[in-house]
Formats: sequence, C-alpha cells, structure tokens
Amino acid sequence: MSNRINIQKTYKLFIDGKFPRTESGRYIKWSDSKESAVVNICRGSRKDFRNAMVAARKASGSWACRTAYNRAQILYRIGEMLEGRRDQFMAELTLQGLSKKQAENEIDTSIDRLIYYAGWADKFQQVFSHVNPVSLPYFNFTVPEATGVVAAIAPDDTSLLGLVSVIAPVIAGGNSIVVLASESFPLCSITLAEVLHTSDVPEGIVNILTGYRSELIEHFSSHMDVNAIIYCGNDRNDRKLVETNAALNIKRVVQFPEQNWSKDQHQSPYHIMKCQETKTTWHPVGI
Amino acid sequence: MSTNIITPIDEVGAQERVSRLFSRSIKNESKVQALHLSLSMIDLTTLEGKDSQGKVKQLCYKASHLHDSFPRLPTVAAICIYPTMVSVAKKALGGTGINVASVATAFPSGMADLQAKLDEVKSVVEAGADEVDMVISRGKFLRGEYAYVSDEIAQVKEACGDAHLKVILETGELVTLDNVRLASDLAMDAGADFIKTSTGKVSPAATPPVVLTMLEAIRDYQLKTGKKIGMKPAGGIGTAKQAVQYLVMIKETLGEDWLSPDLFRFGASSLANDVLMQIVKQSTGHYQSKDYFSID
Repeated sequence: MSNRINIQKTYKLFIDGKFPRTESGRYIKWSDSKESAVVNICRGSRKDFRNAMVAARKASGSWACRTAYNRAQILYRIGEMLEGRRDQFMAELTLQGLSKKQAENEIDTSIDRLIYYAGWADKFQQVFSHVNPVSLPYFNFTVPEATGVVAAIAPDDTSLLGLVSVIAPVIAGGNSIVVLASESFPLCSITLAEVLHTSDVPEGIVNILTGYRSELIEHFSSHMDVNAIIYCGNDRNDRKLVETNAALNIKRVVQFPEQNWSKDQHQSPYHIMKCQETKTTWHPVGI
Repeated sequence: MSTNIITPIDEVGAQERVSRLFSRSIKNESKVQALHLSLSMIDLTTLEGKDSQGKVKQLCYKASHLHDSFPRLPTVAAICIYPTMVSVAKKALGGTGINVASVATAFPSGMADLQAKLDEVKSVVEAGADEVDMVISRGKFLRGEYAYVSDEIAQVKEACGDAHLKVILETGELVTLDNVRLASDLAMDAGADFIKTSTGKVSPAATPPVVLTMLEAIRDYQLKTGKKIGMKPAGGIGTAKQAVQYLVMIKETLGEDWLSPDLFRFGASSLANDVLMQIVKQSTGHYQSKDYFSID
C-alpha cells in the first residue's frame, strides 16, 4: 500500500466551540526548520477576534455561576484528555524543533499544570476571602469574583506550555478567554483546542486564534468588551500599546515577561487572582 | 375576488435570491448611512405581560435619547406597546415627534370576536395611538375563510380612522410562502397601510424568504394599483448586520422610495443597541461593549 496519500490536518481556529477557518480566507505558511513539513495556519483577522469576543461574552456568565468544584473537575478532565493525546503533541513539538526529551518535559509539565490549577479552582476563593473588622454593626467580608472576558497574547517561545499556563488560571477563576497562540510555534494550539473540545469545557469559554501579533494586538487591547488583557513578551512598544489601549475602558492589565514557563514558580494561585475582582459586602447584624 | 388567484412562490428560488442579496459587501461610508437609517426605522418594542408604566416610560426616554454622548443621531420611528400603556407613552413622548404604535385586536392570538376587536381598536385610537398593529385571524385564514379575514381587516381599518394600520400576518403560523403571499395580497386589498411579518411571540418570526415574499407582493400591488404599502419585519432581528441586509433587500426589490421610516420599519427590542454599538465602532475604530449603552 505504498501509494497511499497521507491525509494532512487542516489547522483552523477555535471559536465558540467550533473550528471555523478564518473569515478573511488568509493563511500563513509554516514550515519546520528542515522544510520537510509545510503546514497552512489560519491568519486570524480582527473580525475573527470580534466573533470570538461575542462567543466569550455570551458564555462567561454561566461559567462563572458554575460551582467551583465543577470547574475543577473540567480542568482535571482537560489534563486527562491531554494525556491521551500525548503522541500527537510529541510529533508536533518535535516538528517545531524540540528534542524528544524536551517535548516529553513540556507535555508532562503542561498536564501537571492543568492538574495544579484544577486543585486550586475550588480553593483559591476560601484562601483569598477575608472577614474584615469594622467598627459598625456590620458583618463585613470580601470575596474574589471572575473579572469577565479576558483577552490574552500567549507566550511566543513555547507552543503548548505557555498557552496552557495562560489559559488554566484564567478559566479556573471563572473567566472566559480569547487567546492568540504563539506566532512562531502555532501547531499545538489547535490540537489543544481539540483537547478542550472533548473535555466538557462549555463552548465559548476558551477561544483560540492564530495569526500575527503585530496585526492583532491593537484589536485585543482596544476592544471595549474585554475586561482584562494578558500580554506575554518583552517588546517595549507592544507593552506600551497594551497599557495605553487598556485605559480606554480601564481593562485590568497583566504582563508576563519572557520566562522559562516550566519552572514551578510560574504556577501559583496568585495567577488566578490576577483576573479576579474583589467584592466586599456589608451585611447588617443585630446590635 | 382577485386576491384568491394564488401567486405560487418558489421556496428554493426565494432562499437563493435571499442568500445572494445577503452576501453583498457594503462599504464603510454606505454602512454608516445604512446604520443611521436603520435607527430611524425602528419601532422600539416592549410587549410583555410584565410590562409596567415605569418600563414604558423608560423605553420612551430611550426612544428619544438613544445615546446622548454621540451627536446627530436620529430618534426611532415609534414605540410599540400594549393598549393599556398607550396613554402613558403618549404623555411621555409628547413633543418628540415619535409615534405611538399599539397592538390591538386580541394580540397576539387574535382569538376574540369581531366586535371586541373593533372596540379595542377604537379605544387605543381614542387614547392617542398613531399606529395600530392588528393580527389577522390565522385559524380562519388556514381554514380558507378568506372573505372573513378580509372583512375583518377592512372593518378594523375603518375603526382606525386617521391612525395607520399595520396588519400582522404571523407568518410563522401560515406554514407556506404561498400562504404568506396570499395573506399579503388579502391584507393590502382590504386596506392595510403596512403589512408586518410577526407578533414576535411565535417562532420562526421574520425569516428572510418570508420578508422577500411580502416585499414582492408589495411591489406587484404597487404596479397594479399605484399604491405604496409599507413593510415591517418583526421578531428575531437583533443585529445591525441583519438590519443592513434587509435594507439591501428592500432597495433591490422595491427601490429607494421604501428606504424611509414612512414605508419601512423594524419591529425590535434589542436591535437599537446593536446598531448604536456599530455606529460608535465605525466612528472610534474600537469594538464596543453593551456596558456603555442604556439597557433595552
């Protein structure tokens, strides 16, 4: 059967639980360092981003209202599904230039990170809530609540781990997210979307786009319906642009410099808190 | 009766024509114009059992102050409400030039005897309604009692006096496009000033092939009699994109004359905010959020 033609995967976007092609019809040719494999990646447009935002807004309310325990279960499920797809991620990561050992490490760490945040999903609220002493007849307490819709520019230098490290704490906290995957190493992002698709993550909670940072960062940061923006990278102009545009509607801004995401210090319940708002309640009590 | 000559409608053809019209690309400058025009064509609607005077007053305020931080916006054409709210709305809209449209004739089912319907129409006109949205008796229509339906419309028209009459066909219950065409012809012959797709209480409401069928009926009626009848799709139109697509459809089917609130209306509750968001987006370049617009 040597004359069989291989069926190659079409890399599409992930919006509202579906896998559409970019509405713009544009694509980017991606090839590995030896030019032995060539893949067409969708070059997402601002309209794709807009559509993803509509989906994320629609989905965010019911996700935030689910029990924290259920969100934890779903995050754990993503980890399980990722484990089952190990071979596919191995192939993609090595194609993108990692050694077998490095690829193995990246997958292991990604799965562990999901499990880590699954564990925190129903615990961070207790840890970060306070009962505040006040000198009036009130019971005064503070709890963290989801910020809403988060737009994120994922790290460029990692294909899988960076993306997982950005998405997991955001959705663990009850937000929905629209994320732009790594421009240099885009392959794992859509495979991760397939994992999410089979993990009981409700449609619209995670939306993944591929494309050029330089083209999309303006729209990610200026959209008035975005409640928080995460930027991963060191480019000074990008960072300035994000800060300036965020001021339009006072978005919460989270910036991560380029870093080795595999280190344990880059997973923390404080990352969940970066996309939370604190609500303080004054409840009258009898004198 | 001439209307009983059925004009058969090709459903596949209607669908095809609609998808061609809807895939037109609209350039920015035209889009901004179309968005402004859409706003001025809206019948801002609240038709819920739980409507209160407060809600109607708030709706009336919104009708004339769509988005005050943005200059040179038109107002909507009318507000559309239940009969008991007409006097409240009339008072709240005084001096704004915005019409009060009231549904009548046992809306939404139309299940009442003729005298009760006529009394209701008279009372809303007395209370000050400028426009009356009546429903046809779909049960009778589907049983083939066309003369009854036609008579009923004619008598309601008479009871309206100077008020404009919109006839709701409730196309979601008419099953076929042939029926939609027949009901349109019947309503126009009986004296409708406007024909309207739906009550918004039945699904499907205004679907594009239905609207196209009704527009073609209006065109044929004008060719035959010289009279211009208005059109109002209602229900399920919530986005600026849909509104602009419908404008394309009218322009291509009926021509420029119908691109005016006098002859075309959108019955909608949430359309206004989406159009406003698009207008502001076209001006600032930033996609907008509902958080910065009044509640509808």
